[in-house]
Amino acid sequence: MLDGFLRSDGRKGIRNHLAVVYLVECAHFVASEIVLPYRDLGAQVIGFPGCYPNEYAQRMLERLCTHPNVGAVLLVSLGCESFNRFRLEKTVAATGRPVETIVIQRSGGTRAAIAQGRDWLAARLPELAAARRVPMALSELVVGTVCGGSDGTSGITGNPAAGIAFDRLVAAGARCIFEETGELIGCERIMAARATTPELAAELTASVEKAAAYYATLGYGSFAAGNAEGGLSTIEEKSMGAYAKSGSSPISGLLKPGDIPPKTGLYLLDVVPDGEVRFGFPNISDNAEIVEMMACGAHLTFFVTARGSVVGSALAPVIKICANPDTYARMAGDMDVNAGRILSGTPLEEVGAEIFDLAIAVARGRKTASEALGHAEFILTYKSFEPIGPACLPA
Amino acid sequence: MAEDDLVAGSRLLRLDPADNVLVATGAVGPGPAGLHGGGTLRLLDAVTLGHKVAARDISAGEKILKYGVPIGSAVCNIAAGSHVHLHNMKSDYTPTHALAETAKGHPDA
Repeated sequence: MLDGFLRSDGRKGIRNHLAVVYLVECAHFVASEIVLPYRDLGAQVIGFPGCYPNEYAQRMLERLCTHPNVGAVLLVSLGCESFNRFRLEKTVAATGRPVETIVIQRSGGTRAAIAQGRDWLAARLPELAAARRVPMALSELVVGTVCGGSDGTSGITGNPAAGIAFDRLVAAGARCIFEETGELIGCERIMAARATTPELAAELTASVEKAAAYYATLGYGSFAAGNAEGGLSTIEEKSMGAYAKSGSSPISGLLKPGDIPPKTGLYLLDVVPDGEVRFGFPNISDNAEIVEMMACGAHLTFFVTARGSVVGSALAPVIKICANPDTYARMAGDMDVNAGRILSGTPLEEVGAEIFDLAIAVARGRKTASEALGHAEFILTYKSFEPIGPACLPA
Repeated sequence: MAEDDLVAGSRLLRLDPADNVLVATGAVGPGPAGLHGGGTLRLLDAVTLGHKVAARDISAGEKILKYGVPIGSAVCNIAAGSHVHLHNMKSDYTPTHALAETAKGHPDA
């Protein structure tokens, strides 16, 4: 049904990007300059800004650099940061992907590092462009869903429509992931009732209780001013809308960032750190959630927006589903699906089917609105997680 | 305007039979407004797309029900037809952050 780029671990990618990865903010500019002439040829910038070590960030970049949508990796190090570039390069090299590290302090500074990086990209990009696709089953596809810039229409149009597409994808054998336990506060019990085992139900409930405690300590829920402008009054009201994007399939597992769903089914991604509150807000903006979806292997992401997000993502296409018809009228060029028309009588099922069909088309190579515009946002910050428990994955 | 016209151009949506709030599917009020599926409600306020109104009188401390589940509590008595939002309800979990300049929704949105 689909086709993709075969990787050495057996997974297949729906894109063949070259990731240029800065390993500290001090190398970010050089990485961006390296990519600049090759932006439209599949090269994209990702990275981690911190200079202090963080096992989560290390694992995330290892997962992202070996993501099925990535065909080659250039690491850009300043030279003195704490990030373990040796371990990252070794992890990527072990997959057979072309990988190179540029150390700016050794290369001789900005100009030399940019020239060295561009030479490497110029050699690698034609190889990636010439790669052949091989047949790929729907059961090999991983799809994530997030929502951002929600309002009072999100829970009526965009999120339930995305949920219908999720149900169809799960039924067709795909692996689907929904997230933001901080935006499931108030619906933990009805969600837990969908778990495939009582032990998993307990894990799902605990993940939302952890989120509630974490956000309570921080003093803010996962709620932005625009949510209120659009009619949402409380985090639990926002949660009920956000929850609808999970559809109605049984919940097969609970993942943490970087865990790959092992088989067909629907999974909740627990994005709130474990242990005492450290490092600030769990996900400081929407792209942090998309990045974690990708680290779990998501090939593409549904993004339901109502106030009107314009973002896409590096590495994995984002399908933007606009819940609010007024926003769609203003920002149609940024949107892939007009779910707001449900308010004027279009059946929810029709929009759900459109999202499902679009996911297939995008997996086959069709560009999303944000891809066509060149969007390639990426953000990664500090976090800390314990491994998932034994009840979290399907037997 | 006849009541039938109001219903044809209905702007209020009841998401669950248990709900004590309705959702505006477009700018509506003040005055009589049609419900999707039939009926009318006299609105005391102007509300914009996605905002809520009280379907009946709600007492201080009562749960606000939407999608058939509690989404917070009333902080004062709310008359049927009133805008239900940050000024008269609160979260039972974490306080809601909003900008005073935009929280009420723009009447022209």
